[in-house]
Amino acid sequence: MAKVLMKGNEALAEAAIQAGCRHYFGYPITPQNEVTAYMAKRMPEVGGVFLQAESEVSAINMVYGAGGAGARVMTSTSSPGLSLMQEGISYLAGAQVPCVIVNIMRGGPGLGDIQGAQGDYFQSTKGGGHGDYKLIVLAPSTIQEMADLVQEAFDIADEYRNPVVILGDGMLGQMMEPVDFENVKKTKRNLPEKTWATTGRGNREHRNVINSLYIDPPVLEKHNYVLFEKYKRAEQNEVRYEMVNCDDAEVILVAYGTMARVAKNVMNIARREGHKVGLIRPISLWPFPKEPFKKTVDQVKGYLVVEMSMGQMVEDVQLATECKKPVHFYGRPAGMIPEPSVMLEKIKQIAGGAR
Amino acid sequence: MAKVIFNEDLCKGCELCVNACPKKIIEMDMSKINVKGYYPATVKSENMDKCIGCAFCAMMCPDTVITVIK
Amino acid sequence: MAVVFEKTKGLTDVPFSYCPGCTHGIIHRLVAEAMEELGVLDKAIGVASVGCSVFAYEFFNCDMQQAAHGRAPAVATGIKRVHPDKVVFTYQGDGDLAAIGTAEIVHAAARGENITVIFVNNANYGMTGGQMAPTTLIGQETLTTPYGRKAEVNGYPIRMSEMLSTLEGVAYIERTAVYDVKHVIQAKKAIKNAFLAQIQKKGFSMIEVLSTCPTNWGMTPVEALKWVKDQMEPYYPLGVYKNTLEEVK
Repeated sequence: MAKVLMKGNEALAEAAIQAGCRHYFGYPITPQNEVTAYMAKRMPEVGGVFLQAESEVSAINMVYGAGGAGARVMTSTSSPGLSLMQEGISYLAGAQVPCVIVNIMRGGPGLGDIQGAQGDYFQSTKGGGHGDYKLIVLAPSTIQEMADLVQEAFDIADEYRNPVVILGDGMLGQMMEPVDFENVKKTKRNLPEKTWATTGRGNREHRNVINSLYIDPPVLEKHNYVLFEKYKRAEQNEVRYEMVNCDDAEVILVAYGTMARVAKNVMNIARREGHKVGLIRPISLWPFPKEPFKKTVDQVKGYLVVEMSMGQMVEDVQLATECKKPVHFYGRPAGMIPEPSVMLEKIKQIAGGAR
Repeated sequence: MAKVIFNEDLCKGCELCVNACPKKIIEMDMSKINVKGYYPATVKSENMDKCIGCAFCAMMCPDTVITVIK
Repeated sequence: MAVVFEKTKGLTDVPFSYCPGCTHGIIHRLVAEAMEELGVLDKAIGVASVGCSVFAYEFFNCDMQQAAHGRAPAVATGIKRVHPDKVVFTYQGDGDLAAIGTAEIVHAAARGENITVIFVNNANYGMTGGQMAPTTLIGQETLTTPYGRKAEVNGYPIRMSEMLSTLEGVAYIERTAVYDVKHVIQAKKAIKNAFLAQIQKKGFSMIEVLSTCPTNWGMTPVEALKWVKDQMEPYYPLGVYKNTLEEVK
């Protein structure tokens, strides 16, 4: 199908199906309910399975079973739901089960509200579950990009045998934009066959076991190193970001997802007013893109990190710049949108050498 | 004539077989300790002819120690 | 001389990790024998839970997955939905199934999920040292009911077989025990029936097996068998609670 106007939640569901996902387990939670409704309609059409679980705890464990059995499998939820999934996610990483997990973030903490927000950055990038593990976390800022990244996510998950998180927010989930599913620009990968999956032995010589229990510490230690070999590879190959107008920039805005759209407009306004402003937009939140900061830290007067939260990605920017230059922050939680006028004001202060 | 074979190193000395044997010919072999440190279950050779091959012992054994032939 | 009884091919050669006399070992063997005799070993995918039987994935000679505590029915659901023609089973204790995993087992049964659940009820949390479980009897002393379980503090033991058998999606539920040879034989028949219910695509099947815990009950293995018969069975009556099988072998 050529370009079609679609709601974010539905576009990400269709993208999963286009990527060959035939198993989806979910649970109702605003603002991602359109994903489950869409999957409930579409999966039967493609001979797939849509199952509404009794809780997010159960849903993520169904994903574990299906992924361990060799299927391309997905779940989607929103912030509180992802909190319930954290134990399952640690098991998925520990047992090396590939899957795609979508978080359409909303205001928090606690029950919070249902507007789009970005308060779960740490939860997904710093490991919300127990133990040393990483999740590859991708943050789209348009519906087209969400659809592309979902398709990419399934390949990444299979290549690294690890969960991949798509970190969207309520706005991206609810708004409509044209989407073209056909010529998806995906990285060429030769994905290994899933010889490890529990498909029933048949006449296979060895038994396949999906497991994260290694009761003998030296064996579990070795297992951790195996996982971190994969993460090192991901840090080399899966970093994604966008840089706009950074060549001569004195002040660089740093924002991801929906917030990057607002930041881009503010950058254009500031440019028109004669300020040399650029934008760094991380797309992979883990592995976090350090490269664009290394390239720009010497030339800028400072960075302005803008998030729909009380400030989480700002810490990664400080780490990436090693605080060589001031890293300012402006954010608003709870689904409130940071004001462009305030952003412009801060840019002027930084350009004027504010410490 | 039936015979009971004990894979002694798997035995944990729980005596469920002793309890289950209708002919009461199984006992714990106090003359040795197996690799796990237990007295393994056994049937003294002079009692083996009383075995009727019912396999009650094997069915009650939690550790697949016993093989019965007849 | 013909072999009357030998170890089933349904078990690997990894020795069991259970305490001396623990009847987990018997139940494992019965499940393995049932799968071997039904000729489904090569189609079986099992899900181990968390508790004393957490190493079950090393004992059953088929593809296995290790589930988080209480989540085995959900993991099994995920597997079965990917491989509807395979024989999927879970092996769970009472803490796993009747406490933290209550939602998962109730909804797997309510969905009529075509899986077989082996539910081992030994009236306490064995692995962690003998705490009270939802199946601990009134008055029973455990690590966390040192003065005996009191209903006014910890409520009443749950009869899972009766409770789940009220759900439409259930095809076969039987409660059995393994405290003597007669009951071991009956338990094996029950387990085979449960697998048959799955093979005949009738829906959800579960076999509850009253089991011993000599170490945490503070008894010899033989005394523990007697305790199951004298104390547990009166509260947990044995029998078939639901059966929609075409013909029972």
